[in-house]
Amino acid sequence: MNIDHFKPLTVYTIYIASTPQKVWEALTSAEFSRKYFFGNAVEVDLAVGGAYIVRTPDGALHISGEVVECDPPRKLTVTFNVNWPALIEKLGPTLVSYDIEAVGDATRLTMTESHDRPISDDILSGGRQGWPAILSSLKSLLETGEPLVVKMAPPERMLAALKKLGIATP
Amino acid sequence: MSKPEFVYVTYIETTPEKLWEALTSSEFSRKYWMGTELQSDWTVGSPFALVNNGTTSDVGEVLEFDRPRRLSYTFRHVLYDDMRNEEPSKVVFTLEPHGHLVKLTLTHEGFTGANKLLDGISKGWPAILSSLKSLLETGTALVIPRTALGKEPRPS
Repeated sequence: MNIDHFKPLTVYTIYIASTPQKVWEALTSAEFSRKYFFGNAVEVDLAVGGAYIVRTPDGALHISGEVVECDPPRKLTVTFNVNWPALIEKLGPTLVSYDIEAVGDATRLTMTESHDRPISDDILSGGRQGWPAILSSLKSLLETGEPLVVKMAPPERMLAALKKLGIATP
Repeated sequence: MSKPEFVYVTYIETTPEKLWEALTSSEFSRKYWMGTELQSDWTVGSPFALVNNGTTSDVGEVLEFDRPRRLSYTFRHVLYDDMRNEEPSKVVFTLEPHGHLVKLTLTHEGFTGANKLLDGISKGWPAILSSLKSLLETGTALVIPRTALGKEPRPS
């Protein structure tokens, strides 16, 4: 997949007292991700072209995509398409990259969400609300052994914007 | 197009009071802010300065001090030639209880265009606030070399 025309629209960087290998495992393991990702499980076939799936706590398909770049434990890029039928048709695919780098005694994790067309701040607000909570919890889990319990209200601003575009959400 | 600014949100397992203390105490800031001391008497209108090893890097004025909810100050770089002539910008911290966590939102705004300071603070804040979160949750701040943030080592 050619990703040259995707532009980064949301970037979030966090530093974690851990190793790149452990951060990589946390990002790619179902068991780990359930703890910090609102109960969602990441299932990924770690090879370029492999499937990338996120399941909700009840097992339903929430996000489906494929692995675009895979360089453990430094870089993982996947398509990250929320499973709402009209979404990809109207907004195009979403690309998520994780860059992982040892920095001093810590590890820098940078999440970049990119799109192949302009996307409104209203639509982007969903991810911008979610990523800080997910990655703050991942950091706590790796540093303390316990994730955060972040009770998140539904992303109303994004849902309203999707509704306007005629994109049905559960 | 929206104005250039930097926004960072993190969730911390602590209380608003403890987080407020960390954001305003030089004893705390030395630990998580790469040795930097916050200097101010924290009265609205009072001067504010960031001092590292006796060298002042940034100065400003306290704009809001609404403990433990909202803190803001103006921010002007004074150390490096390539950034010291920029207009003052504004830093705002908002602390919101979120279950038994605190949601911390930092907004650094008032930039008049793409500039070097905005680039610098966009690299610096995630490191500083990650370290602050670690300190409050585990008792130990992170050790992040300044060079990893694209900064020159401090002259000692």
